[in-house]
Amino acid sequence: MAMKDPIQIRNAVPTDLDAIIEIDDVGPKEEKPAYWRGIFAHYGSGEKKDRIFLAAEAGGEIVGFIAGEVRAWEFGSAPCGWVFAMAVSPRMRGLGIAKRMFDEICRRLKGAGVTTVRTMVNRNNKVTLSFFRSQGLRTGRYLELEREID
Amino acid sequence: MKLNKGSLFALFAVLELAGNADRQLSTTDIAEKYGISTHHLAKVMRNLVHSGMVQAVRGVGGGYRFAGNVHRTTLLDVIQLFEKLESELDMPNHGTPAGEPIVAELRSITEEIDDLTKAILDTITLETALKSTRLRCEAATIGK
Repeated sequence: MAMKDPIQIRNAVPTDLDAIIEIDDVGPKEEKPAYWRGIFAHYGSGEKKDRIFLAAEAGGEIVGFIAGEVRAWEFGSAPCGWVFAMAVSPRMRGLGIAKRMFDEICRRLKGAGVTTVRTMVNRNNKVTLSFFRSQGLRTGRYLELEREID
Repeated sequence: MKLNKGSLFALFAVLELAGNADRQLSTTDIAEKYGISTHHLAKVMRNLVHSGMVQAVRGVGGGYRFAGNVHRTTLLDVIQLFEKLESELDMPNHGTPAGEPIVAELRSITEEIDDLTKAILDTITLETALKSTRLRCEAATIGK
């Protein structure tokens, strides 16, 4: 009999939110519940092919998440997949969970009709940047620019 | 960005050794493979040994082997052993105050470029570089 895969990558469900908020280590903690509830409302139903919110589950626990969507024609960019959030529980890193989640979101984005995946990561976040590099992502055609608004 | 010879030779050596951490290679082995100066590479290897990234193995069949962590060591870690990667403005010695705001603006732009360069090099691990290089070799073989 085939062994059951110890890590499941599946659509996120409302009961995952507390664990996702705990794993998410970017940004102020107090603003996260409202943020993630909003994200779940928009991306979490799993009904729309172009909005994807996945959780990684191991031994009944949420150990990672990834979220993305298809965006089209921002500054003239043809439709492409955007990954805008991803994290793996620190104690579960190095087990290939991020790769499994990224492969799955790429598979779904491809199913939604796009052939490019894009993301944006704080340049100080070496772990996440190195991960995306290891998956073959490179600096794209678009530059992120910003300034303080007086 | 212009990489100096020391950085380039170090990257040849480190990637060659990290590709198989159990293998020991001499300076001559590496220099011959990449067609570079043995003399210059020997100096580079001393630096790499001093940093702890490479280990010198003495005795018969001795040589060098990779002693770092292929998943954690980045291209920037190697390059920064040999150069600072900071842009320089080739300023005349006796500039006038009229040029100062322009120079300050240019410095701020070159700092932005340097930061980006470093951010890119600091997120490419040796493992990722080896994987990309392997894919490039395979693609070149298929293309022949």
